[in-house]
Amino acid sequence: MSKGMFNKKLVGSLVLAVLLSACKSTPMVDKPAGVEDKSPSSSSVKQADGNADTSGVKEVVIDSNANNGNNPLNDPNNILSKRNIYFDFDSDAVKAEFRPLIEAHAKYLVANGNAKLILQGNTDERGTREYNLSLGQRRSVAVKKSFNLLGVQDKQIETVSFGEEKVTPNCADENCHQANRRVDIAYANE
Amino acid sequence: MNKFLNKLRPILLFIISLFTSLAICPANAALEIEISGGSAQQIPIAVVPFGGSVAGQSSSSAQIDNIIGADLRRSGLFRVLETGGVVNRPTDINQVKYAEWAALQAQALVVGRIESLPGNRLKVSFKLADVLKQTQLAGMEYNIAPNQLRMTAHKIADVIYQKLTGEAGIFASRIAYINKSKGRYTLQVADADGENPQTVVSSNEPIISPAWSPDGSKLAYVSFEKKKPIIFVQSLMTGQRLTLANFKGNNSAPAWSPDGSKLAIVLTHAANSQVYIINADGTGLKQLTKSSAIDTEPTWSPDAKWIYFSSDRGGRPQIYKVSSIGGEAQRVTFEGAGNLSPRFSPDGKLLAMIRNDGGKYRVALQDLSSGQVQLLSDGGQDESPSFAPNGRVLLYATRVGGRGALAAVSSDGRVKQRLSESGGDVREPAWGPLLN
Repeated sequence: MSKGMFNKKLVGSLVLAVLLSACKSTPMVDKPAGVEDKSPSSSSVKQADGNADTSGVKEVVIDSNANNGNNPLNDPNNILSKRNIYFDFDSDAVKAEFRPLIEAHAKYLVANGNAKLILQGNTDERGTREYNLSLGQRRSVAVKKSFNLLGVQDKQIETVSFGEEKVTPNCADENCHQANRRVDIAYANE
Repeated sequence: MNKFLNKLRPILLFIISLFTSLAICPANAALEIEISGGSAQQIPIAVVPFGGSVAGQSSSSAQIDNIIGADLRRSGLFRVLETGGVVNRPTDINQVKYAEWAALQAQALVVGRIESLPGNRLKVSFKLADVLKQTQLAGMEYNIAPNQLRMTAHKIADVIYQKLTGEAGIFASRIAYINKSKGRYTLQVADADGENPQTVVSSNEPIISPAWSPDGSKLAYVSFEKKKPIIFVQSLMTGQRLTLANFKGNNSAPAWSPDGSKLAIVLTHAANSQVYIINADGTGLKQLTKSSAIDTEPTWSPDAKWIYFSSDRGGRPQIYKVSSIGGEAQRVTFEGAGNLSPRFSPDGKLLAMIRNDGGKYRVALQDLSSGQVQLLSDGGQDESPSFAPNGRVLLYATRVGGRGALAAVSSDGRVKQRLSESGGDVREPAWGPLLN
């Protein structure tokens, strides 16, 4: 990992921000189950005509393209654009080298009470997809605990997992597996 | 006539063997099927090209007997004889000259016709004959729309299979799987022979864990379209989607109860994955397992009394069971470096799973009464075992040349098939129920 992530200045100002600002975020509202979801808000769902076939399967097309404006989260020169936290094999311990990155995002969250973070856990591809989904969850929860210690409240963080779905497939060596064992930081609505 | 045939017999047999060695791959298959192995005692059967008034108008009549023959051949239990060299082609039982078919060494014979009916309908009829006893074993008539021809062929193959093997067929069923191609994920449904693939849903984000409702009308699946796993239930006919579970954290691993009224699902409400039960309309959520470990991959026993699931509560992941109304979990598997993805055979006697066999993930089958385990696959990252409706075949995901492919193996391990889509990355198969 690049040492460029370390940023003393950000850490200093972060502590202040944590002390000054209570969490003013609106609670995350879970969509109640049992709602017929004909057109999800963040995606455009198109109901294509099924082929005139006996089995009559209707096709649904989803395109969830992000529409990003200019903001510090996407500025490549800002640490907030760094979004990956890597893990050792079979471990959910958050390593010290990722502290500055986590602290920067914590500061942003505390300053922007409406911002909501999604921590996405990932695993290497060994094992079954559903089991890896659960394993990835452990890592995202570990990162969430780091955020909690920095004063970010649960209602601003959602921990999810992509398991092995978003990682580089067909790893031939351990370096590749290592790059897959990570938590990605995403912001809601970006 | 008999003498004449006897003279011709070596030539006919040569032609037969030539054709059977060539006639494996179905044309225009989205999923190409490759077969290896076979039952020691295959039933020799001849499927005569169907006749009738519609026969010359399209390729449909040629298709129907090809589909029937290909279904039977693929089961590994039949040797389908080539009929190209036969002059007399009966289309009904009273036209059959049994001696000719006995000379071909056919034990069973299928004849049939397709005719036009008013209102753009078709009448498909077939008869199955025992060549040695010279008797009719089965006969059916179907009044269908033209686009039901393929499924009707599968139904006929099921009748033949059932009559001659004594077991229920599997051909008139569908399989679901995920195809990843050019960064897009599509949940597809195809006939059990891989033909007629149709897209149920496509997305630029991953889709995993498709699960058929017991009546075959809906698929539950996990979609990452909103940056997190959410469980949807989608009607195949209408495309209407219900958000079954969209709670904070992960929503995954849907498994229908045998009566289709509920699903077991996995949520991460309180940090770690736990098994919950939810009604099929998304109401009545109830937590089933309570542990500080990972509990996931639930599946119902066919009698609905038990939920089997994988858990690392004992260190390595193993399979456990818990009463579907709740209670203490009991451990089911003890062997191997780990066991995952439990799936019941339809009769509830066998449990398929993915076994970590020294770092290789393979399909294993455990006899629940004797505890005996047999490894059925030999890949390194085999996943998602799924029983055919008659329990005789298991479909699973494997990898070939870095790409996902589907494979099938008979539950006795003897017949193996590989289904691959050219250029695609196919995974997460689920075999649906028989269509009636």
